[in-house]
Amino acid sequence: MKKLKIGDLEKIREKVRRTANLRQGKARAKITVHMGTCGIAAGAREILSALLKEIEKKKLNDVIVTTSGCAGLCSREPMATVEIKDKPPVKYVDLTAEKIKKILNVHIIKGNIINDYALAIGSERTH
Amino acid sequence: MQDLSLHILDIVENSIDAGAKKIEIIIKENIRQNLLVLKIKDNGKGMDKNTIAKVLDPFYTTKKTRRVGLGLSMLAQAAKEAEGDFNIKSKKGKGTTVTAKFVHDHIDRKPIGNMAETIIVLIAGKGMKVDFIYEHHKNSKNFVFDTKIIKNELNDVPINNAEVLNILRKNIIKELKRIGTMI
Repeated sequence: MKKLKIGDLEKIREKVRRTANLRQGKARAKITVHMGTCGIAAGAREILSALLKEIEKKKLNDVIVTTSGCAGLCSREPMATVEIKDKPPVKYVDLTAEKIKKILNVHIIKGNIINDYALAIGSERTH
Repeated sequence: MQDLSLHILDIVENSIDAGAKKIEIIIKENIRQNLLVLKIKDNGKGMDKNTIAKVLDPFYTTKKTRRVGLGLSMLAQAAKEAEGDFNIKSKKGKGTTVTAKFVHDHIDRKPIGNMAETIIVLIAGKGMKVDFIYEHHKNSKNFVFDTKIIKNELNDVPINNAEVLNILRKNIIKELKRIGTMI
């Protein structure tokens, strides 16, 4: 069976080592894309893919992307939660690929919450 | 769900929720036999007989955030619509295997969809904690992708690094094209 060749992996390792500042400092931000059945059916995979491509484009090495299950608000999927160090988490709803790119650029990079896309800040406050 | 790659993502998310550390995704396309077989095998916590009997009920779930559990029942329905078959085998404490079979050229068989994106999204979300093996067989051609091997070779470079994921995505797409599967 054909597999990804070890030589290819060595090239990937060396290429990423050259361009990424690995292990330098801890993650500054975490984005959790909700990946329950409802989220997936609503387009969560495209949201996460768009996010990964934008992170690579911007060469961000201090942003963690992860997934979770259904957040319990299926009608507002796709959803993502943004957590920035020492700041309350922000839950964004009704996402599109364009919206998540804007969230990355405006909220994660510049630190400004996009109120128009946000459902809740922290665990209680809602817009 | 628009295609099978989204069903697969959903079922694998179930496996992750069940605490699986190793998840195998196997797709076998046999044009001569006109058969498409999808198998997802995990080493999660598994289910007892009572739970297995209920999992295809859309109004049964073990989750606390909602009162429906649609993932498995939707895949079962997709198999049924394509004159296929659906089966779950599970053993408490050992793991679960979900198998769905489809008539390959059935008009109602959902397309496989973008498997590269499903695998990349899984690695991005949980690739550091879970090992994924993706096998795709089409007639006599095969493609095997094992994140455990990749993680070992990458050493201190995390597999969920965005740049690594982009390279892996390209590799999966290239390999799927090589074996003749549509993306």
